[in-house]
Amino acid sequence: MSLNVVYFAWLRERIGEPSEMIETNAPTVAALVTELRAREERYDLAFSDLDAVRVAVDQTLVDFDAPLDGVREVAFFPPMTGG
Amino acid sequence: MAVLVQQADFDLAAELAQLGGSDGTAGAVISFTGLVRGDSDLHALELEHYPAMTTAALEQIEQAARKRWGLVDVRIIHRFGRLELGAQIMMVAVSAPHRRAAFEAADYIMDYLKSRAPFWKKEHSTQGTAWVDAKLEDEDDLARWSS
Repeated sequence: MSLNVVYFAWLRERIGEPSEMIETNAPTVAALVTELRAREERYDLAFSDLDAVRVAVDQTLVDFDAPLDGVREVAFFPPMTGG
Repeated sequence: MAVLVQQADFDLAAELAQLGGSDGTAGAVISFTGLVRGDSDLHALELEHYPAMTTAALEQIEQAARKRWGLVDVRIIHRFGRLELGAQIMMVAVSAPHRRAAFEAADYIMDYLKSRAPFWKKEHSTQGTAWVDAKLEDEDDLARWSS
């Protein structure tokens, strides 16, 4: 499947782009993260501390074990600092 | 629309004038405005957000507050982009039949905006730039409302 993967804040800076289309068969967010980390060092570094990363699928906050079946967009970002 | 995500500044007085409740249904209006504070040589904040998610996330917070406290009206404005020292970052205004509901609802909305609205702040100071880390207390603040 084809996923739009988007990054915000320091994840965007470390990975070096705001979004990218990724072809993957990863069944879950966690599996996608494992795939990305194996790609290149910049991904490996960006995802080295998952306690500092939050994820949303199709704009809804989820846990890393969330399934990717039917998902169009996955967003990775640090804990939010609004207000 | 009671939720606005914008780069432009806002006029609190004009927003309060538009807040529903002055027809006799509300007995209390509370507003909160967040400003860029000049800690440790900070001269500006840069706010990034997730456009596809931001408005929906704010509306979800608004709806939850409306339901829980029976609010008459709510207005939330959150800015993004570069904001200089002293600039307004965001505002929340609520009207309710009674004072306590209005105070609590505004407090609740602020707690949720802090850690459930997809914004990220970057500080620009004389030392350079740094992303603001979320605080552990932010999650404790949310836990207050789960009872």
